[in-house]
Amino acid sequence: MRTILFIVQKEFKQIFRDKNMLKLIFILPILQLLILSNAATFDVKNINITFVDNDQSAESRALINSFKASSYFNLTAPLFSEKQAIEEMQKGKTDIIVNVPINFSRDLIKEQQTSISVTINAIDAATAGIENVYVAQIVNAFGRNIITKSNYFSTNKEVPENILVIPSFWYNNTLNYKTFMVPGILVLLVTMLTLFLSSMNIVKEKELGTLEQINVTPIKKHQFIIGKLFPFWILGLIVLTVGLLISKIVFNVPMLGSITLIYLFTSVYLLLVLGIGLFISNHTDTQQQAMFIAWFFMVIFILMSGLFTPIESMPEWAQRVTLINPIRYFVEVMRMVMLKGSSFVDIVPQFIIISLYAFVMNGLAVWSYKKSN
Amino acid sequence: MNNQEIKPQSEFSSRVIDDAKEKIISVQNLTKKFGDFAAVDAISFDVYKGEIFGFLGANGAGKTTAMKMLIGISIPTAGEAQVAGFDVLTNAEMVKKNIGYMSQKFSLYDDLTVKENIVFFGGIYGLSRAEIKIKTAALVKELQIEAIINNLVGSLPLGWKQKLSFSVALLHEPKIVFLDEPTGGVDPITRRQFWEMIYTQAYKGTTIFVTTHYMDEAEYCDRVSIMVAGKIEALDTPKNLKKQFNVETMNDVFLKLARNIE
Repeated sequence: MRTILFIVQKEFKQIFRDKNMLKLIFILPILQLLILSNAATFDVKNINITFVDNDQSAESRALINSFKASSYFNLTAPLFSEKQAIEEMQKGKTDIIVNVPINFSRDLIKEQQTSISVTINAIDAATAGIENVYVAQIVNAFGRNIITKSNYFSTNKEVPENILVIPSFWYNNTLNYKTFMVPGILVLLVTMLTLFLSSMNIVKEKELGTLEQINVTPIKKHQFIIGKLFPFWILGLIVLTVGLLISKIVFNVPMLGSITLIYLFTSVYLLLVLGIGLFISNHTDTQQQAMFIAWFFMVIFILMSGLFTPIESMPEWAQRVTLINPIRYFVEVMRMVMLKGSSFVDIVPQFIIISLYAFVMNGLAVWSYKKSN
Repeated sequence: MNNQEIKPQSEFSSRVIDDAKEKIISVQNLTKKFGDFAAVDAISFDVYKGEIFGFLGANGAGKTTAMKMLIGISIPTAGEAQVAGFDVLTNAEMVKKNIGYMSQKFSLYDDLTVKENIVFFGGIYGLSRAEIKIKTAALVKELQIEAIINNLVGSLPLGWKQKLSFSVALLHEPKIVFLDEPTGGVDPITRRQFWEMIYTQAYKGTTIFVTTHYMDEAEYCDRVSIMVAGKIEALDTPKNLKKQFNVETMNDVFLKLARNIE
């Protein structure tokens, strides 16, 4: 125990001695949280939409106006030929072309139905899908309006059934993507910081030659490893704290569940990440190698975490791969506890998996750390 | 600094070396193979308590590899060795408690101060805070380092670092101290001072096991072994070796041996 304290003391001195590193450790994650949370959005806004109004009637103008009223669309100057509009799309000046046919108004009133053509730039398929939904929503609302109006004046006494879907979004009722993203990004930052720092720490001593000096001392493997990793465990918890404060103060992300639960889970989770870092450190000879390997895992962990793309829509095999992704569980738990107010009972499965995982990784790491060769 | 203070041969005779010649390092057929290549090829020798034992050899002769086996960080392929009464293969951790080591790759922490390094290494060798305090005070007095005790080690000249490294390796009062090319890259005066420290320590009864490339340093040793291509080709006092090879200096002994092999 005394030995461990001496190592911890030395590690903290080294961390705090390097003022530049200290700044990087704290300022970079804060900047990332502020920038990414504002930028990593699933909202599709500022959609450029171009109308080719061949009808020039009161109805067609009413349709265009209902797009104007939406905050999602920017209307470009109306054009009069499909060809011109397509040129605009080629130049990237418009995302959607709506072609209103010549008999739009007449058909709508007389036959109660008509069609318009909508052309969407689908280079980004996900965005195109969302744009399509927006357009359809506005057009349908417009259609309902017209039908109700015309029915009112028509002789037909039968009032059409209007089925109105009123969605109610639980846990995030304003569909604020930041509420959804901030806990996830916070997870990334805590993971990246601790994984990189721990994976480069021991290998750094290998490079400097000080590790050999350590190996000649009667120090025990577990003493050295605990002493080495404890400071990073503390750093991870500090970054989590700073991140939680920012998400509350800047982004107003709710904290419905218990904050103690978040800390409990994180403290076990960090053990796992540090174990992975140590394992990498043991199997590399230079900080460069360690960095590359840490990045390799980090990128896979991030993209398969369910943070940016839902795990449910991944192919079967990929879903299975995510089962060994620690970030996946952390993202789930953060979102569950912060946004849903889940209690310990709800996160027991994740808790057990992470605990076992941490145990196995640290076991492997201690086992693979060799004082002699 | 008076260079005349060191008179290796005469000092040797006046120093107390156990009459019974108690073995403190005992090596039998120690071998380390990397694949088919035997870096250390079945060497055997003994080192006695209180001796300054010079471990010589050309670059790549296997000195460092042999030393690493003796300090318990490299596992022998064959053969055995007892250091300070413990087997390096089965009881490496006990060996480590009883030895000090200073590597050729200077190994204090550059980003810690002199004092912090002393505290850290004292601490992991199991010294109490109080003991560390006493040791630090003694070191400050001995090396006259009051002025630099709170400087970062990285900012010190190489000669200072080496003296410190040596002192730190002695903090836990080991029975044997292993020095791997301790004076590489420093000026002759600093080397002299370093050897004075070695002598002072040897007078206190610590066994010194030292590798070096400097043949003048070899003259300071009580006994030297010369390794060539993984084998020990000669082992005796510098005086006897010179007589044996019929030459004037250790330098010539070394050249003769190395040439004979080629």
